[in-house]
Amino acid sequence: MAFDPNNLMKDRITDIGPPKYDKHFPPVIKENFGKWKYHEILEPGVLMHVSESGAEVYSVRIGSARLISVDYIREVCNMADKYSGGHLRWTTRNNIEFLVSDKSKLQPLLADLRSQGSWFPIGGTGNCITNIVHTQGWAHCHTPAIDASGVVKAVMDELYGYFGSHKLPAQIRIALACCLNMCGAVHCSDIAILGVHRKPPFVEHDRVQNVCEIPLVIAACPTAAIKPKKVGDLKSIEINNDRCMFCGNCYTMCPALPLADGEGDGIAIWVGGKVSNVISAPMFSKLAVPFIPNEPPRWPTTVKTIKKIVEAYADGARRYERIGEWTKRIGWERFFEKTGLEFGHEHIDDYRLAMTTWRTTTQFKF
Amino acid sequence: MALKHATPMLDELDKGPWPSFVSDVKRMAAKGNRMCEDWLGLMEMSFRDKEGHWKHGGIVGVLGYGGGVIGRYCDRPDLFPSVAHFHTIRVNQPASKYYDTKVLRRLCDLWEARGSGLTNMHGSTGDIVLLGTTTDQLEPIFYELTHEFEMDLGGSGSNMRTPESCLGMSRCEWSCINTQDIIYDLTQEFQDALHRPMFPYKFKFKASGCPMDCVAAIARSDCSIIGTWRDQIRTDQAAVKAYVGGELVPHGGAGGKRTSFDIKAEVIDLCPTQCMEYDGKSLKIYDEDCVRCMHCIRVMPRALRPGLDRGATILVGAKAPILDGAQLSSVVIPFIKMESPYTEFKGFVEKMWDWWMEEGKNRERLGETIQRLSLREFLKVCELQPDPRMVNTPRFNPYIFYDPAAVPGGWEHDGAAFRQRHQA
Repeated sequence: MAFDPNNLMKDRITDIGPPKYDKHFPPVIKENFGKWKYHEILEPGVLMHVSESGAEVYSVRIGSARLISVDYIREVCNMADKYSGGHLRWTTRNNIEFLVSDKSKLQPLLADLRSQGSWFPIGGTGNCITNIVHTQGWAHCHTPAIDASGVVKAVMDELYGYFGSHKLPAQIRIALACCLNMCGAVHCSDIAILGVHRKPPFVEHDRVQNVCEIPLVIAACPTAAIKPKKVGDLKSIEINNDRCMFCGNCYTMCPALPLADGEGDGIAIWVGGKVSNVISAPMFSKLAVPFIPNEPPRWPTTVKTIKKIVEAYADGARRYERIGEWTKRIGWERFFEKTGLEFGHEHIDDYRLAMTTWRTTTQFKF
Repeated sequence: MALKHATPMLDELDKGPWPSFVSDVKRMAAKGNRMCEDWLGLMEMSFRDKEGHWKHGGIVGVLGYGGGVIGRYCDRPDLFPSVAHFHTIRVNQPASKYYDTKVLRRLCDLWEARGSGLTNMHGSTGDIVLLGTTTDQLEPIFYELTHEFEMDLGGSGSNMRTPESCLGMSRCEWSCINTQDIIYDLTQEFQDALHRPMFPYKFKFKASGCPMDCVAAIARSDCSIIGTWRDQIRTDQAAVKAYVGGELVPHGGAGGKRTSFDIKAEVIDLCPTQCMEYDGKSLKIYDEDCVRCMHCIRVMPRALRPGLDRGATILVGAKAPILDGAQLSSVVIPFIKMESPYTEFKGFVEKMWDWWMEEGKNRERLGETIQRLSLREFLKVCELQPDPRMVNTPRFNPYIFYDPAAVPGGWEHDGAAFRQRHQA
């Protein structure tokens, strides 16, 4: 049975879904499924899980880029073959874990990883800044306002010392989305890096009727800023720029409405979101900095701003307090004071449900 | 060795301690991978222009599927011909991403031969993302995946997207449900919805084993399945004492190797419902007041464990901002047993989807449809009973949409009789 390009239906297999989850389990995971009793982080990046049966598995976690080549994957496979019986997994935050069941291989694995400089950084556990989850950016996306991999690399270089340590009051989860579509859903992160546009789309009247469904474009605008317009013989649309809030949804529906612009686009920073239900309920991230210009290749202002937020938090938060819980306790007036960030009209919500965010009490701090 | 394109800006990202994607891709280019060479050139141009260079969309795919492949074309094929076509293939990952090296190496060989050799491990939704190939390679790759790897494509477009779970019972002592089995079962059950667009917009399932929610189900999935329990936290009083006495490392070592531990400040006082007491001898938990936030359990993992009457809380409607603003999921089923074959849960899913497919507008996520047509309507069509656990607070406006059936005489007035009682 070989592939026959002239007969795609021959022996065709479809709808089989993914391999069953336990297909690639290491034996220790298979044998102790559902029987784990407790775990301990032995040192940053090294977890020990102990089963009711007494079995132990050591997971060694390393940071990785999300964008990786087959050669990188092969390198990681070499390490797994050598030390973890050929077994490994990826975490939801693009870290890699080697699952070691033979304790005598743990120290040699750590030593080998360390011997390769920082190519395989060990960490990402406990009260750390773990890997940044992110989107495609300029690497592969058609609607980005910023790059993703490049910004992440620059930020993680600066925060590197927090990846392999447990010195923060609690964990900081950072996420990046290169436009408001947020295919990386960054809206509940301790720190979110978001690509934003600031110029309304321009209308390519000669293309609109050929490449767009005009009623769908009009319906796509959340502020009803788009209406149909005849330009000579061409069916097109016009945009009320004063109503545009730069979501880019119309461009998603119509490629003849580009809004990307090297000078218009940049980065907004958001803080204080969380997903876990631990102590406090999940929270959205809130605006800290509305706009920082795009500064490839190393985005120095963005990096500096994030560092400033992290340091103010590390300095002021109590043990177990996430950034959102810290800001809630000290108040936003104190947050802007302690971080030295400016508060402006952009921070005051004027979209739907805006009034739920306005201060309706005389309780605040001078 | 000089590469095809000079990349002075990208070269700056060879520097610094964090693993560099630029260094990684450069070595692929250095061994003659033309797609990687031109991809680097295109990235350099984007860095210089501060604008991306991929064209809008493009519909490509494999026969019989409406998703799983994202068409991508660069907007300067004149300069970078090897990435003129650079489509993405999403491959459905095994739940929670365990691999053996044999399958990974074979996947690498396939992708190096038939694509760019660049990947994302993994995409935001969980798929293995193979970045960059040409249209003529799609069917051969699909054939090999299904025949040689027993793998299939993931979701894209207005489909059920590839469901995802935390690692659950495979390596976590807190998981109250078998998240991996739930996700595998749902993925298999709803293959048609995953591969063939039938919804108003995307639909995501995510399952986390406990309220810590390691896959961010509550923020990122239209239907969030979060493990929980209804009975008592299991307590080992001797281990509590061992923590207090400094014999065990608190927080499982997450805050460092310290042994100094103040149970009052670190556990009792931080409990969100103040449902715990410690008298120096034993820990008392008033479980009826516990909201299962997991804090005490994570700080003293060898002393406290989730209860045994386990199931899931089902929440719906989370999404990123586009279009009506970001939403977190809201509770619609406070507790449901989640045991294979998940018949009751699947019955709920069918009712939810029938309603959303009927009522949802084009590109409207479930959470937005519920916001537009009300949670009450959603509960009605899904045959769920209202419960105080579904709200943070009862409404504080008086505008109730009453059902005429609930009012004696319905909405009819006897106008003549009214006017006999009241002169106009």
